[in-house]
Amino acid sequence: MRILSLESSCDETACAVVEPNQDGTVRVLSDVVSSQAGMHGRFGGVVPEIASRHHLLNIIPVLERALADAGVGLDRIDGVAVTRGPGLVGALLVALQAGKAIAYARGLPLVGVHHLEGHLLAAFLRAPGENDPPPPFPHLGLLVSGGHSCLVRVEDFGRYQVLGTTRDDAAGEAFDKVAKLLGLGYPGGPAIDQLAGQGSPTAFRLPRAMRGPRAGLDFSFSGLKTAMAAHLAAGPPQDKKRLADLCASFQAAVVEQLVRKTELALTRKAETPERALVLSGGVACNRGLRAALRDLANRRGLPFFVAPPRWCTDNAAMIGCAGYHRLRRGERADWTLNAAASLPL
Amino acid sequence: MSGLTLHLPDVAATRRLGRTLGRLLQPGDVLGLDGPLGAGKTSLVQGLARGLGVPARVPVTSPTFTLLCEYQGRMPLYHADLYRLREAAELGELGLWEAAEAGGVLVVEWLARFPEAAPPERLQIELAFPPSGPGRQAHLTGRGRRAAELLQALALLL
Repeated sequence: MRILSLESSCDETACAVVEPNQDGTVRVLSDVVSSQAGMHGRFGGVVPEIASRHHLLNIIPVLERALADAGVGLDRIDGVAVTRGPGLVGALLVALQAGKAIAYARGLPLVGVHHLEGHLLAAFLRAPGENDPPPPFPHLGLLVSGGHSCLVRVEDFGRYQVLGTTRDDAAGEAFDKVAKLLGLGYPGGPAIDQLAGQGSPTAFRLPRAMRGPRAGLDFSFSGLKTAMAAHLAAGPPQDKKRLADLCASFQAAVVEQLVRKTELALTRKAETPERALVLSGGVACNRGLRAALRDLANRRGLPFFVAPPRWCTDNAAMIGCAGYHRLRRGERADWTLNAAASLPL
Repeated sequence: MSGLTLHLPDVAATRRLGRTLGRLLQPGDVLGLDGPLGAGKTSLVQGLARGLGVPARVPVTSPTFTLLCEYQGRMPLYHADLYRLREAAELGELGLWEAAEAGGVLVVEWLARFPEAAPPERLQIELAFPPSGPGRQAHLTGRGRRAAELLQALALLL
């Protein structure tokens, strides 16, 4: 069963073609996002930002490129998966209606996917020829991106239990906004990661948030952002050492909270304990976080999984993976399938 | 144009201001919310959501990435954030003003980035770090008759 998947829930217009492997993973035959190099000949080889969020302009070129990269036409597609939420309805509708139109015209089964389900299943994506084993069920997923931060118990494909979520800013948003305060531009999360390696994580005292018994498994990063704003009241640091120390201290505080909550989740009473730890979302690209979570998994004797960076950020291959498993279980959307701004996982 | 300036000693005070204001809001009300990173814009909206009857178990989070968050209280609350927008034209694609016309309350963070696109009738709230000492300053300005009424009612409740 070959799946065509489309996604336009936030900044990226994306399209992919995937095929199932025997072990639950999917082979990514093509995977196109609107911001990637070479996608914007029409703007004169322009900066990605110009094209971002112009989903209507992007959708057809991205779709054509995805089919061409996979070397298939629509006649060789067996099912269509689209992101149905959460996100801006005006944005979501572009990929959703394109997918619906293709499914209707070709008489193909259609299925709607939750954007976060896609992220949670990114560790099941494989390049053709790759055959690393997938994460076993049940596992604990930590999903950290610009728009979301949550801890999710993944029971099986399609069965999720959200254990904790952010109460204010997402982790990736905190990185990007603090980068702005530090004079590193926006979005500057990756720049913080880089500088953090050269600084001292204990140079500045920052609040260790959400420690109380009522905090549970929820996250909060806005207090940390405010504490950094207080340290930087006089403007971005001029001194390189101070800048690196601030980056290191901030990153350590974010990572500490993410690791502490993940460990708390792994030590809670569960009838069937989680058998693996899976990291996903754009912040999964952060090296400090990857290393700290790998350590945690080792400490607890669990295998650790994280997708390659291109599949941690928004893409359609992950939607294809989630969509495939829904279609496999017999799920079908009808022609009334609509976008949903808010949508529980 | 009427105005009101308040000192908010801590983040709880910012949330309280939001909650009080939230109780007074009516469908179609538009709020502009500005101030530097960390000034308490999202905290104020968290209070506002509670005042509008959004259940406490529903987390009210920053819309910076998603651009728009929607909540169900005694009327819909649309919480938008223009921090990542590059041009006013994108506002049309977002369908922001239609949201308020559809009978909800619309709160827009970083509205000052696109003054030409701001609805003329609105309650404008500026949050700022005071020149010295703890807490925040809130400066509220009513533009239009409804916003002036809202500000009068709020002043009586504070």
